[in-house]
Amino acid sequence: MSDTNAQSVRYVRDTILPQQPPPASAVGFIGWARANLFSSWFNSVLTVISLAFIFYVLSGVIPWVFQSVWNANSLSECREVMVATWGDTHGHACWGVIKERWLQLLFGFYPPELYWRPIVALGLLLVALAPVLYAEKVPSKLLIVTALYPFVMPWLLWGGTIWAPLMVMAGFGLGYMAYTILSTKIGSLGAIIAGVLVPIVWWLFLSGAVASALASVLPLALQSVESRQFGGFMLSTLIGVVAIGCSLPIGIFLALGRRSDLLILRALCVGFIEFIRGVPLITLLFVASTLLNIFMPPGTNFDIILRVIIMVTLFAAAYMAEVIRGGLAALPKGQYEGADSLGLNYWQSQRLIIMPQALKISIPGIVSTFIGVFKDTTLVSIIGLLDPLGLSNAIRADAAWNGIYWELFAYIAVLFFIVCFGMSRYSMSLEKRLRTDHR
Amino acid sequence: MSSQSDPLPDSFRLSMLIYDTRYRSMTIQIVALIGALLGALFLIDNTISNLNALGKEIDFGFLSEPAGYDINQRLVDYMSRDTHLRASFIGLLNTLLIAVLGCAMATVLGVVIGVLRLSSNWLVARIMTVYVEMFRNVPVLLWIVLAMAVLIESLPSPRDFRGENPEASMMLFDSVAITNRGFYIPEALFSRSFGNIHFFGDSSLRFDLSLDLLALLAVLFGSIYAVRRLGKWAHAKQEATGLRPTTWHYTLAILVVPMLILLTVLGFHLGYPELKGFNFSGGTYMRNSLIALWLALSMYTAAFIAEIVRGGILAISKGQTEAASALGLRPSRTMRLVILPQAMRVIIPPLISQYLNLTKNSSLAIAVGYMDITGTLGGITMNQTGRELESVLMLMLVYLVISLSISLVMNWYNERVKLVER
Amino acid sequence: MKKTVILGALTVAGLAAGAASAATVDDVKARGKLNCGVTTGLVGFAAPNANGEWEGFDVGVCRAVAAAVLGDPTAVEFVPTTGKTRFTALASGEIDLLARNTTWTFSRDVDLKFEFVGVNYYDGQGFMVPKELGVSSAKELDGATVCIQTGTTTELNLADFFRANNISYEPVPIETNAEAQQQYLAGACDVYTTDASGLAATRASFEDPTAHVVLPEIISKEPLGPLVRHGDNDWGDIARWTLNALIAAEEYGITSANIAELSAAPTNNPEINRILGTEGNLGEMLGLDAEWAKRAIMAGGNYGELFEKNIGENTPIGLARGLNAQWTDGGLLYTPPFR
Repeated sequence: MSDTNAQSVRYVRDTILPQQPPPASAVGFIGWARANLFSSWFNSVLTVISLAFIFYVLSGVIPWVFQSVWNANSLSECREVMVATWGDTHGHACWGVIKERWLQLLFGFYPPELYWRPIVALGLLLVALAPVLYAEKVPSKLLIVTALYPFVMPWLLWGGTIWAPLMVMAGFGLGYMAYTILSTKIGSLGAIIAGVLVPIVWWLFLSGAVASALASVLPLALQSVESRQFGGFMLSTLIGVVAIGCSLPIGIFLALGRRSDLLILRALCVGFIEFIRGVPLITLLFVASTLLNIFMPPGTNFDIILRVIIMVTLFAAAYMAEVIRGGLAALPKGQYEGADSLGLNYWQSQRLIIMPQALKISIPGIVSTFIGVFKDTTLVSIIGLLDPLGLSNAIRADAAWNGIYWELFAYIAVLFFIVCFGMSRYSMSLEKRLRTDHR
Repeated sequence: MSSQSDPLPDSFRLSMLIYDTRYRSMTIQIVALIGALLGALFLIDNTISNLNALGKEIDFGFLSEPAGYDINQRLVDYMSRDTHLRASFIGLLNTLLIAVLGCAMATVLGVVIGVLRLSSNWLVARIMTVYVEMFRNVPVLLWIVLAMAVLIESLPSPRDFRGENPEASMMLFDSVAITNRGFYIPEALFSRSFGNIHFFGDSSLRFDLSLDLLALLAVLFGSIYAVRRLGKWAHAKQEATGLRPTTWHYTLAILVVPMLILLTVLGFHLGYPELKGFNFSGGTYMRNSLIALWLALSMYTAAFIAEIVRGGILAISKGQTEAASALGLRPSRTMRLVILPQAMRVIIPPLISQYLNLTKNSSLAIAVGYMDITGTLGGITMNQTGRELESVLMLMLVYLVISLSISLVMNWYNERVKLVER
Repeated sequence: MKKTVILGALTVAGLAAGAASAATVDDVKARGKLNCGVTTGLVGFAAPNANGEWEGFDVGVCRAVAAAVLGDPTAVEFVPTTGKTRFTALASGEIDLLARNTTWTFSRDVDLKFEFVGVNYYDGQGFMVPKELGVSSAKELDGATVCIQTGTTTELNLADFFRANNISYEPVPIETNAEAQQQYLAGACDVYTTDASGLAATRASFEDPTAHVVLPEIISKEPLGPLVRHGDNDWGDIARWTLNALIAAEEYGITSANIAELSAAPTNNPEINRILGTEGNLGEMLGLDAEWAKRAIMAGGNYGELFEKNIGENTPIGLARGLNAQWTDGGLLYTPPFR
């Protein structure tokens, strides 16, 4: 049969045709443009409109940015240069103000010879965050830096004797010691109470005296800087970082409280969270600037930056609580049941099973909360603190720069954009990584 | 013996408050309650003693004193001789106005941008990504200030409309004037108006409600109801006979005719803005502060809503789209009938919190001089009377009530959407 | 990152914190710094320069008081305050002295429990319009759009003025001078109203100042002066007489140039001698040393020198002395005698 078949078929191709290049309209830029830009008449219209829009925006912005004056000490000088060079003063930026004031916009009134301190603090912050944010790639030994950072950072920024943060640290050590020693002798509850009371007594009554005694023996101190000298982006970052750092533990407790079965505790937590989330940050800042001193015992008087940090921390804590609650809710129920079946008590299961997982899921949410808080720090300019926006007003009040407008905003916007964009990219990549983990 | 395995009816010991799980939760709660009460007491006590030391006392009497300042943007009548309470009320209405306008526009923009970000057009998708990243990563306060600056710098001032060869002219047959002080658009006037109903007599919360508006709304809703009845009837007919009667001309008539009759009865005509003296007069005036705030807040929030919408759409599995195309639905119908209804359930909860954020961010209105409640009660009133405690507490209370009401309404809606799920 | 950040910060801030209830002058001396409230930035009156040092006319008053009390004109902490926060900052003891172009009014003095120690600038609210509008009086402004800086007495004066003259207007409240300036220049408002000094400073920064006119009407009295808390009269006296010393120094011709010479030995003008402490014991009565006024004057010069350096006719702001001239020159500056 095969013979007849072979005879009846006249032609069989026994080699594969060489591949032809695809038609010119389907490859290269043209093909790509056809597929992605002009696939239908509607898409073509959209593309043309988009191109026109891009051209319009760039034709306005690019000459303004690049045909500009860098070397000028005042706005009027800028205008003279512009008139001499281009004949008019419109459509040209005067970057002289940024050249003169960029350091001030970054550091506020921090003494210039001490700029290394906030820079080191920022660098250490990155080192301290690395083991948390990139847990797989960074050796976990660096967690020591993370643990020490809360004590080092205030010392670097505010300066003063090194013994003050050391004494605060010693308080924690004492508390832990009291707990371990007493837990074997008088039971865990008494040990916990002692572990809380001992450091409080230490901080309130003893640490000051010990610190000054040690300081007189070994005066290790940095030049102290008042918080009023903080400003610019340093202030925004400080408020953001401290608020997020402090709000994390508060937020965890609030979230646990909100999910607990204890009615009164839950009511208190829900009340706090909903109250803070229900009012705008600006009203909380009004409280910080006008009312907090009235709420405190007569005679206490701590400075405005600290008051703002406290209010922003409370604000961030409410949002953090919701983020962590989301993380807790996202954990499969089996995890809770597994912990229960192992016979762990509430705190053990939280500490060993629930929280490590819930916090890991919450990191993207925490990062976006941080971005939000960082952006919201611009509101402190409304109550008179010199953050970048507040400083821009102060700079305009200098007779030399009175009347300058866009350049300062552009600089501030670009800096905010860089920082926030970087963080949001990180949180996105993390989300992606976490998603593959769980699917 | 079963009785031996029962727990002994032991007497109550104090340590059981801590070690017995039956009592421990109670103990913790009572301790927490006492702690919270003590904390509150501490704050109140401090406040009272501090106020005593300053020689002040908590007194809301300032609210009934004349405010003394003018407010440009007002939805109900107000004069500088009115009380501080009235000024706060005007501010509250302005806050609500910007919140409603902003939420509406942010939703529309956000949905459009979110969908366009998934567009097959590469350029459009990129532009929308740039838009979202730009707005999300720069503080809203900057955007508000920038929006105002752009409006002021790029639009013509009323002065430019004057003279023989004006630099700017009105648009749409001289009916709309776009200036850097705001937009003047034609207003609806009624020569045989039904008048107003006045509420709350002479008090600070008085306001007028236009009967014309009520009548228009009544007719509009009546027509819509009738159209829906008509649709149902047509549907029933189609089910019964297999033929759908043509109804579009009835629909049109039901929608248009009653409205036209009402408008004729009311003597409807348009009032056009015209240049008089320093400014345009006549017409409806939308101030630049309102527009700038509205634009900035809604564009900022739209960036977040776009991400929520995009996430919601992506959360619907691809099989749904494919199944819809297999049924022969066009892409637009797939979106409208299959994807969006399912995506809504994912979208609504975060959307609520964006609405709340927008409402709270509207408190930055003072940056462009829009007199919302932070600008009146928390701004000029607080400055002029020096009553910080009272003003800030009232301000927080007002925002709290607004936020909680939005949450309540939206959660109710969310529950309704959820019920559709099976 | 734990709660210790706050604790650590508290420990540090504890150094700065102090009880506000004690006598202010003792607090200031113990602290070694004067906490002085200024604006967040107002051209000519207070603004930080590129090095972060505050400069301006109000700043000069703060420095003079610091020099008188502490002997060092740089021993001042400047606390920027807004219209909202300034009074709370003073009432709560966060600042010792508020030198923030604050108008002396009855209710601030009596109801808000403050004590104005004098007037360092006599101002009044005025109007500025573009010349091309052809307006020559504020009464012709019917229907105009008026930019106002909020947070001051300005909006009250404006409402009263237009109501009294029965003309309509459209108020545009604006938070900062920079934005007001921008709106006015772009024609978003026809008129800009604020204190006359602020108008002059704003006008001076325009590309073409001659295209704008300040209308002749001054619709309010704005005596701007430093203030302290009610009840601490010793501290109030120090602030009041430091300001008076600056004004009197100009009247008697004591300048930062000749003060060393005048204070070296008693001159034959006993008033000068008493101010400079070479005669009498005025400083001791204030609870300070004999050379307090000398240091205050040396800090930035006498009133006239401060004025010329910060806001006078040779600065970009270019304010004339006007009401702020000495009474001998037809102005309102008139100090009680130093005896």
